[in-house]
Amino acid sequence: MAQVSQKIRISVGLGACGIAAGAQKTLSALEEAIAARALDVDLSITGCMGMCYREPLVEVRAPGKPGVVYMEILPERVPRLLDEAVAKGQLIQEWVATGDDGGGSEQAFLARQKRIVLRNCGHINPEEIDEYLAAGGYQALRKVLSGMSREQVIEEVKRSGLRGRGGAGFPTGQKWEFCAKAPGTEKYIICNADEGDPGAFMDRSVLESDPHSVLEGMVIAGYAIGSNHGYIYCRAEYPIAIHRLNIAIAQAEKKGYLGERILGKDFSFHITIKEGAGAFVCGEETALMASIEGKRGMPRLRPPFPAISGLWKKPTNINNVETFANVPWIITNGGAAYAAMGTEKSKGTKVFALAGKVRRGGLVEVPMGMTLRQVVEEVGGGILGGRKLKGVQMGGPSGGCIPESLADTPIDYDSITKTGAIMGSGGMVVIDDSTCMVDVARFFLDFTQKESCGKCTFCRVGTRRMLEILQRITEGQGREGDIETLEALAKNIKRGSLCGLGQTAPNPVLTTIRYFRDEYEAHIKEKRCPAKACRKLITYRVIAEKCPGCGVCLKVCPVKAIRGDKKVPHVIDPAICTRCGLCMDKCKLKAIEII
Amino acid sequence: MTECACAQRLLAQDVDLTQVDKVIAAHGSDSGALIPVLQKVQDALGWLPKAAMDRIAAGLRVPASNVYGVATFYAQFRLKPVGKYIIKVCHGTACHVAGATKITEAFERELSVKDGETTADRMFTLESVACLGCCSLAPVAMVQKEAHGRLTGDKVAKVLAEYRKADGGK
Repeated sequence: MAQVSQKIRISVGLGACGIAAGAQKTLSALEEAIAARALDVDLSITGCMGMCYREPLVEVRAPGKPGVVYMEILPERVPRLLDEAVAKGQLIQEWVATGDDGGGSEQAFLARQKRIVLRNCGHINPEEIDEYLAAGGYQALRKVLSGMSREQVIEEVKRSGLRGRGGAGFPTGQKWEFCAKAPGTEKYIICNADEGDPGAFMDRSVLESDPHSVLEGMVIAGYAIGSNHGYIYCRAEYPIAIHRLNIAIAQAEKKGYLGERILGKDFSFHITIKEGAGAFVCGEETALMASIEGKRGMPRLRPPFPAISGLWKKPTNINNVETFANVPWIITNGGAAYAAMGTEKSKGTKVFALAGKVRRGGLVEVPMGMTLRQVVEEVGGGILGGRKLKGVQMGGPSGGCIPESLADTPIDYDSITKTGAIMGSGGMVVIDDSTCMVDVARFFLDFTQKESCGKCTFCRVGTRRMLEILQRITEGQGREGDIETLEALAKNIKRGSLCGLGQTAPNPVLTTIRYFRDEYEAHIKEKRCPAKACRKLITYRVIAEKCPGCGVCLKVCPVKAIRGDKKVPHVIDPAICTRCGLCMDKCKLKAIEII
Repeated sequence: MTECACAQRLLAQDVDLTQVDKVIAAHGSDSGALIPVLQKVQDALGWLPKAAMDRIAAGLRVPASNVYGVATFYAQFRLKPVGKYIIKVCHGTACHVAGATKITEAFERELSVKDGETTADRMFTLESVACLGCCSLAPVAMVQKEAHGRLTGDKVAKVLAEYRKADGGK
């Protein structure tokens, strides 16, 4: 077990978001400055603390006390942080994100959350198994292997009411039971970490921040269904996650939590990492298995379901990262405790990657049953720049846009499905009134059309036709009847596709037609984009009263569409202008508008 | 890509196949090995020349058509040589609503290439990717492993200048 340190501990959040914001440089600056000051402290790394919008984040924890999280700690803030917060033990109030006393400017971000999956994220060093152990890690596995029968484990998971967090929401315990009862001695466990929805990074954060929780969940699942081998199919775009998983596997094997005769019992389980190669469709379970087998990742008809005939034609149980990460908590605390949270049919919590036009975007975990509005307003702090909430996009390219008028919908599988969107894996993109909904639909269709594997005609050709129509509409070439054609195509694509990709691809279009039909009509009938986002339908114009004729926009314009003498208001020639927006970015006086 | 076919052929002949052999030898020949082998070969060579794919087919005893089929199916595999720096402009949802299209266009303008192409001096390859997962920094582009967040059209030129400078100030 890890010793309780008597030193001050400084942890830098090194999730992919933190690194993108410069946390690696912060870490180097800390190393140098600590050495220069000869400070006797523990400098460590940790994973994602959730507050992406305030990265890089650094936690300072005095012995025996909860930590204080400081925000936006770029290298230039390091000297003051060390001199005041560490050496003198003073609080630097204006940098505190979350304090040890419930204070701090970002406390509201955490106040309404309930962290089960993210229990260790941002608290432990993901590259040190001892820290996971000190946080109660592998206790669930110990409990399972010291007296629980396979049936009891499955029963406990069933009691929790846990449903698949990959998006479809199939009851996890039931899935395990099917696989456990399937004939055959060779069975497989697969962890689906091929998180592909644009705007979704829940699984990546869990793998980067707390890889052992996923491994532990997989080993427990292996025991429950009678499998000795597991695969983690992870996106190759997640190099940090893969790196930390490799470390975690090696450490767990060394400590006897993985490998032969786990904890000295008569049960062995091995885990292999398979890197994906960039195909969205591989998130679909049968395509994923084809990919592990070294083939093109194309889905096949079900049945037989993977529980009967999966990887290498053996019974296989597939769950996603978040589902597995829930399992140790459920075993340790009991299924009933988990089922006490949430709604009647959706138990526990759900992790979301909150992004888009929201003030506090990041990784959040909330109890099921919280409303969308509560997540946006109370956790996310409302809309950026004081604009208006227009809707929330859930479930990525398989999901839909839920309008502001339905923002009081509780987050549970069934209520979300009723809106036409889906719970999905956890992408939650907040949309304000500057976003065009026809363009959002076009964006998602463009994605699914490119990612369609091509096996089913309706998906391959149908999504293409829908995209062409949407393209036309956003370019002001929409025709009467386009909406109806889109709806007819959508219906047929849903019916004529083998896998989830095709079956759900029309959802973003159908929900935007359902809730934002007036925007489609404005594009088609009036050739107007109400959000002023579709470039063929807008014009940039200089506001003469605000323009002093400084010449900045004139110089920056790549196509020389702006004319005007010094100190005389400039003019943009709409015939030359390509609507690149550079002039508007550059103009400090906000003298350029879109009409 | 406007490159002529003979350039491709010349490049193909330059391929160091001993690196390919090393990867194959390290992997054995179980049928699940094809994708990891392609990944490692691409890591070593930067892309997948035809000669390398033929060698993999022979080494793993799978038909060359399967190798080519897999290599063209997955977005990660490149069948063309790439530049020294690969620029990945994120087109995830958050980046899209924050104006990712304009960022790609700014790169296109600055580099005089289209999305997916490589500059004539083989310095930069411009790509669009589905999501880099750092949505709070939208719009984002990643050059090699470094992320550049909250981009605007005019920041793009500055980002490129950094790399050109690091490379000897072209």
